[in-house]
Amino acid sequence: MLTNNVTRRKALKIGAAAAALPLVHIRTAGAAGKVSIGFWDHWVPAGNDVMKKQVAAFAEKNKVEVQADFITTIGNKNLLTIAAEAQAKTGHDALAFPTWNVLAYADSLEPVDDVMGRLTTKYGQTNKVAEYLAKVKGHWLAIPTSSGTQMKGPCARISIMKEAAGLDPVAMFPANAGPAPGAESWTYDAHLKAAEACAKVGKAFGIGLGTTPDSVDTAGALFAAYGAELVNAKGDITVKSDAVREVLEYAQRLVKVLPKDAVSYDDASNNRALISGQSALIWNPPSAWAVAKRDNRPVAEDSWTFTAPTGPKGRFVPHVPFFWGIWKFSQNKTAAKDLIDYLMQREQVEARCNVVEGYDIPPFDSMLDFKVWENVEPPKGTVYNYPVRLQHKGVAHIAALPAPPEIAVQIYNQGTMPTMFAKLLSGQSINDVIAWAQNELEGFVG
Amino acid sequence: MADASTLAVSFMPTRRVARHGSMHRLMRHRSTVALLMCSPLFVLIGGLVVYPAIYAIYLSMLNKGMTQFVGLHNFAFLLKRDTFRLVIFQSCLFAVSAVVMKAFIGFVLAHLMHNIPSGRQRIWRGLLLVPWVIPLALSTLGWWWLFDPSYSAFNYVLNVFGFPTVAWLGEAWPARLCMITVNVWFGTPFFMIMYLAALKSVPEQLYEAAAIDGAGALQKLFFVTLPMMRNIISITVLFSLIVTFANFDIVRILTNGGPESKTHVFATYAFQVGIQSGNIPLGASVSLFMFPLLAVFAFFVLRNVTRRTKEIAA
Repeated sequence: MLTNNVTRRKALKIGAAAAALPLVHIRTAGAAGKVSIGFWDHWVPAGNDVMKKQVAAFAEKNKVEVQADFITTIGNKNLLTIAAEAQAKTGHDALAFPTWNVLAYADSLEPVDDVMGRLTTKYGQTNKVAEYLAKVKGHWLAIPTSSGTQMKGPCARISIMKEAAGLDPVAMFPANAGPAPGAESWTYDAHLKAAEACAKVGKAFGIGLGTTPDSVDTAGALFAAYGAELVNAKGDITVKSDAVREVLEYAQRLVKVLPKDAVSYDDASNNRALISGQSALIWNPPSAWAVAKRDNRPVAEDSWTFTAPTGPKGRFVPHVPFFWGIWKFSQNKTAAKDLIDYLMQREQVEARCNVVEGYDIPPFDSMLDFKVWENVEPPKGTVYNYPVRLQHKGVAHIAALPAPPEIAVQIYNQGTMPTMFAKLLSGQSINDVIAWAQNELEGFVG
Repeated sequence: MADASTLAVSFMPTRRVARHGSMHRLMRHRSTVALLMCSPLFVLIGGLVVYPAIYAIYLSMLNKGMTQFVGLHNFAFLLKRDTFRLVIFQSCLFAVSAVVMKAFIGFVLAHLMHNIPSGRQRIWRGLLLVPWVIPLALSTLGWWWLFDPSYSAFNYVLNVFGFPTVAWLGEAWPARLCMITVNVWFGTPFFMIMYLAALKSVPEQLYEAAAIDGAGALQKLFFVTLPMMRNIISITVLFSLIVTFANFDIVRILTNGGPESKTHVFATYAFQVGIQSGNIPLGASVSLFMFPLLAVFAFFVLRNVTRRTKEIAA
């Protein structure tokens, strides 16, 4: 006979234990001090595991008690945690800050010039996007990390691109350090022609016109390639320019060959479009490829990630960095700095990068020689061109750069650029779209 | 020595009795006991309602960096923005149309339910309450799969019967309609159960008297049922209006405010401006925008309810 042995007290204990699962509490004998840090909860579970091991090794070596939490981006829990801790002036000593949040909480963050000084001396400079997002008035307020940092160039179906558009992504961007034969010819005109050709065979490019980051990042790269700025570095609204008009003329043709549901795309829609075999190309980190590898292997075997097209003003690859910042109210800033310094050493970064199949992009170019991008398969080398390589002749970019960050964050988060494209799709004229954007931007600047 | 000890013994109990006496007298006041027993509630309300509300109002009057008091500037600024005016329109459209539909459907369902024999009524009541019991975020996810841009189940059915695909969440009006539909689906059971309870409390003698006077079904509805249900209708509409104006989950999951910001409501726009774009004071202003209007509306509705209750009691 079965008996019910679960008492209320036992249920409470189980509940408390379950609630504590995402927390990792590492205490070593003779711990000298305590530090708590909130990491980005990696979508690859192994990404968290290796981080836990590295934190444990640091704790052991330095005799420090470390509490590591993994905070998910689902439901924007990470943003809410940051906002709550900033208001309450208590919580973790250090946190993972996504893209724009270092600037948003600049007044509450401890300068980390000393750590960055050591890291840049050893590994070289970071890219301009990291500097734009985390260096305020000459001081680094957070350390660019690899954990969660991504590029969002195109990922295409090799066979469809070959058959429908006559382009061979593998030949254009091979998986080696030699020259990229396709670097010059992979222009936005070529991109448009390929989009039209693939749409004709029912495999439209899965580019979204929604307001979520994937849509914004793709539109941002396109704007930059034409030298089109909505707001310039001084904070002046520059939407009424020939460059913006040129982008919109291009977009007028592009939006016609995008999926019918492009305006309601979110950040999962493009992934699904590729994985389900409906799309010839998406702009995304290799997460879509990784899921296809698990759920629809033939699609993964036929996918190749490469760099963004080039435009009249150059090649700009969407880049979304993450940072580790330390609160001013932290009780143990020194230990937090030491921990971050330790986690940003080459061997630690490489170990984390390996387990997530190259998804995490290190902030220092000197670390782009990790073997993981050459070795990952199928097909072998599929993500070699995921980081910006020298032979690509491109730069990392974030939408709305070079506008002053307090304006750029609004342009980015309210999806102004893809919304301009969506308005073109709904039949509005270029003049109407520019007038709408001018009004929106006045609100952001004012 | 003996005297001293005797004195000490007789002095101490006198003080204890005096203290005990005043405390005892204080505790004998029923109002004091009531106040003490209510104090945990006051602490809870103060900490979880009053303080956050006042803090939100304070936040809405700061500049972006939260370093300067700017009065009502954030509200004035918002009113000048086209996107925010669109948000006001959408929020009002969403809340008013959803509440009207929920009230109407709930009223009809309550009547149908009221006429079902009590044995079978329980099953139907349970079934109709299901949408209200499921967590809204989960059920909205289910609806999102039905409306999904790429793999919509509704579109699949439409296509099977030869109809073209509808961009449920890709065009402004269908997307708004989808939001309202999900809210009505979720909120109708609340109205139904409240109205059913109200219907059951209407004395049967009133209907009998009306029938003797020759009243038909419609006359009974307008001259007996509705007047007797006015209080409960007012309170449910008020309550639902406040909750619907503050809705976040449905819009966030279905459209995230798109396409072209044409489905944003106060809560989602406040989140986008306040949390995502790092302007917490402006976000607080967005979320507090309807507060004065709803407060005035609530005041009049509740005053009328109190008046009618007094009339009935008299």
